[in-house]
Amino acid sequence: MSAENIIRIQAENVNFYYGRHKALKNINLDFYNNKVTSFIGPSGCGKSTFIRLLNKMNDLVADTKTEGNIWLDGENILHDKADAVKIRRKVGMVFQKPNPFAKTIFQNVSYGLEINGEKNKKIISDKVEESLKKAALWNEVKDRLADNALKLSGGQQQRLCIARCLAVEPEVILFDEPCASLDPISTNKIEELILELKKQYTIVIVTHNMQQAARVSDWTAFMYLGELIEFASTDKIFTVPKEKKTEEYLSGKFG
Amino acid sequence: MRNYKEKIIQILLTSLAFASLFFLIGIVFILVKESIPIISEINFLEFLFGKEWYPSRQPPQLGIFPLITASLLVTAGALSICIPLGVGAALYINELAGIKQKKILKPLIEILAGIPSIVYGFFGMLIAAPFIQKIFNIPTGLCALTASVMLGIMAIPTVTSISEDALSSVPKSFKEASYALGANRIQTLFKVIIPAAASGISTSIILGASRIVGETMTVLMVSGGAAVVAKSFFVPVRPMTSTIAAEMGEAAVGSPHYHALFAIGLILFLITLIFNAGAEHISKKYRIKLGLGR
Repeated sequence: MSAENIIRIQAENVNFYYGRHKALKNINLDFYNNKVTSFIGPSGCGKSTFIRLLNKMNDLVADTKTEGNIWLDGENILHDKADAVKIRRKVGMVFQKPNPFAKTIFQNVSYGLEINGEKNKKIISDKVEESLKKAALWNEVKDRLADNALKLSGGQQQRLCIARCLAVEPEVILFDEPCASLDPISTNKIEELILELKKQYTIVIVTHNMQQAARVSDWTAFMYLGELIEFASTDKIFTVPKEKKTEEYLSGKFG
Repeated sequence: MRNYKEKIIQILLTSLAFASLFFLIGIVFILVKESIPIISEINFLEFLFGKEWYPSRQPPQLGIFPLITASLLVTAGALSICIPLGVGAALYINELAGIKQKKILKPLIEILAGIPSIVYGFFGMLIAAPFIQKIFNIPTGLCALTASVMLGIMAIPTVTSISEDALSSVPKSFKEASYALGANRIQTLFKVIIPAAASGISTSIILGASRIVGETMTVLMVSGGAAVVAKSFFVPVRPMTSTIAAEMGEAAVGSPHYHALFAIGLILFLITLIFNAGAEHISKKYRIKLGLGR
């Protein structure tokens, strides 16, 4: 059996409500191991809301309700008793706006290790270096690890956030429009990085940029008004979409 | 015609703005002018560090060391009460209280700031002092401890309100980043939120201290009033503010005593000025550190 088609995460009949507003309508979706799955669709269609369920970030939002199941390694992460801390260590996240802490570059990456109880300084500094290398940032910051992270450029900050996420050794990484606030060169670097990372991680990315989805992802999900309209391999969805809505969106008729 | 009106309004507003500056300069000028003679009359070091404050003796003994130590002692005592309670309340309101509780609690604590200090003095004299006298079994409840307790309570709203503002201005993205890395609530609070709000919290403490040092009516009523160098919290003391309030009326204008009281006022002014400038400096630095603009 090839590693190609191992299902890593399985969403079953997922509904989500903000107060009385139903933001996600009966979503069913499988995420494959070591693949990049992208979510496209117009603003407010529920893409970000959905991926934030995968690491329980919506738990932080007041007055919400979730129905359905999301299976990760045999555990239903939507269950009330699912351990958010444990799940978030397994499912890392990179946010739309780079959000490094107002700490040094080193401390930003070491933070995740320290909260996991790692005390050995050697292990921590090795891990920081390894993570920064994986995030393709090491060469730019190796001589200034003690600088405040907020002094870095936007693109560097975003790669630092990726390094910070990698340091805790997640298995799945969620990217919520990671390039929305970046210039084309930084965007290109992040995309190359995503392609490199998928060798080791299962990746989910939300993007507004259809070309980006086409460039980086193996699978693409198109969402509209809280519904999953179409889910297929990226090649198929961009060349022979099944649904009319998908075709209209991809050809720029709305969105 | 229209131009004319605009010009009048402009001049009016400008002069109003300058009026407060004018009053400030006037006050500082009078304070300095009336303080200077004390330096020519007695040795400045003797004034600051002299342990005898007997202004009505002949010749008067004007050492303000007991008054300074009383102020420091009471301030330190009050801070050790208002820091844990004030910052603790801010942490609770920001992190643990729900939205509804927060809506009620914060204004409620801010109302505490509006209670006139005479009321605190009243409460201190009639309730806190006898209580403290009884539990510590001391000759009088009007002592440094009672003054510290009352001032500490008075400064809580300042500390809580400003600390809470600092905590809630920590960007939400910091919290999300921390949670997304698998941190729990306590780790996020102590390792991300509090460090990011640290300067704001320090500012709140400095402003609280500034309020404590300058408070007069309450200390006058509950501190006991003995101008001796205090060796513990359980003896009556006479902080700088209450000295001025109690003695200004009886000091002969132009006498060394009169000038000494002005000099005490000047010292108090300098202390609060330093506190406020420090708070301003810290909060500016903090905005830059969080990337909230300069």
